[in-house]
Amino acid sequence: MIPAAFDYVRAGSADEAIAILSEHGDDAKLLAGGMSLIPLMKLRLSTPSVLVDVGRVADLSYVRDAGDRLAIGALTRHRDIETSDVLAEHCGVLRAVAAQVGDNQVRHRGTIGGSVAHGDPASDLPAALLALDATFVARGRAGEREIAAADFFQGFLETALAPDELLTEIRVPKTGPRGFSYQKFNRRAQDWAIVGAVAVTNGATRVALVNMGTTPLRALAVEAALAAGAAPADASAHAADGTEPAADLNASPEYRCHLARVLTRRALEEAAT
Amino acid sequence: MARRGPGALFNVPASTNPGVSVRISMTVNGAVQDHDVEPRTLLVQYLREACALTGTKIGCDTSSCGACTVLVDDESVKSCTMFAAQADGRSVTTIEGLAPEGALHPVQQAFQDNHGLQCGFCTAGMVMAAVSLLDEIPNPTEREVREGLEGNLCRCTGYHNIVKAVLAAAGSAR
Repeated sequence: MIPAAFDYVRAGSADEAIAILSEHGDDAKLLAGGMSLIPLMKLRLSTPSVLVDVGRVADLSYVRDAGDRLAIGALTRHRDIETSDVLAEHCGVLRAVAAQVGDNQVRHRGTIGGSVAHGDPASDLPAALLALDATFVARGRAGEREIAAADFFQGFLETALAPDELLTEIRVPKTGPRGFSYQKFNRRAQDWAIVGAVAVTNGATRVALVNMGTTPLRALAVEAALAAGAAPADASAHAADGTEPAADLNASPEYRCHLARVLTRRALEEAAT
Repeated sequence: MARRGPGALFNVPASTNPGVSVRISMTVNGAVQDHDVEPRTLLVQYLREACALTGTKIGCDTSSCGACTVLVDDESVKSCTMFAAQADGRSVTTIEGLAPEGALHPVQQAFQDNHGLQCGFCTAGMVMAAVSLLDEIPNPTEREVREGLEGNLCRCTGYHNIVKAVLAAAGSAR
């Protein structure tokens, strides 16, 4: 399968990428690792006329201890996240979730920023970042702005990023090496989750769901039940409350709701150990 | 505010511009390769068609099966899901470059010794994925081998002998 033709421009810096995006508007797409975009281009579901390769903007690949939080460059690869010592100590959940993205080959290329900007509700990292209450930093011609994870994912493959903005950094709180769980349910090892549930305990417990709607979702009813003193088994009964999961060849909506409840219970139990 | 949504993703008309060719240069199996390519040229096409290295296979063409696995700067990647232009200036290793002509790399030898292949279609990708895995985890457990090869599908040998081969190769390298 061969993508539709396009012009290829390699950006040497974030600002250069933004300038090229501004020039071409919606006709241009950013290319980071390409693990989400290239498959869509090969199916010709995405046909940008200009591809702006930011894969070599090396100064956007880092995991830094920034005092009370961690700062992660948008072009940090999954491989570098799953092996990060800083994350092992201060945000074990992100390391563990990154290790479950795709397979080794995909993790050698794919980036956390690419996964976030793609906005696929079936992706692993967006749900983890939602559970972490992450902050996303977007840079455009007018400068930088911060976007809360809760406001970022707006629809299927739809995010708060403007066409001429580049996601540059992801900021997450320090939640420690333990106190989390990611339960990913799929048919084959490298598949997307049919449903996933991530729980992070850092004082309060937060729960987010993969593939239970058009965006990654916080399981707010579960969190409220836990805050009111409910046991994990009882709180997890609310995991599918208010969700409208899709039907596809892997699962009916009813099955997805069942999975959300079971996986949430397992996640809560494991996060508590 | 304009949003980057499905409209932007799906409704852009296909370009009629064939895409300005780009000159790319990379080291493939130790030798420099220079070619003009269309930007949409995939790395696997580049290796097979421009470099005439057909050991790397196109299987599923959707980054699921791993038959197209090669090393870019010593790390396994699926060459069906990377543009050749992204490998510009990098060092690429294919199955042909693992060992000198006539010799076998320890992982190749282990596949032969342990009946790690039958039809052979997945083998180049399996071997390249295994080489990258052993580079990252020199002494893997059986579980680490199985998880490390999750991006590679075999449809005839089955996985047991492949796992045995990779464990044997790890042992021989010790």
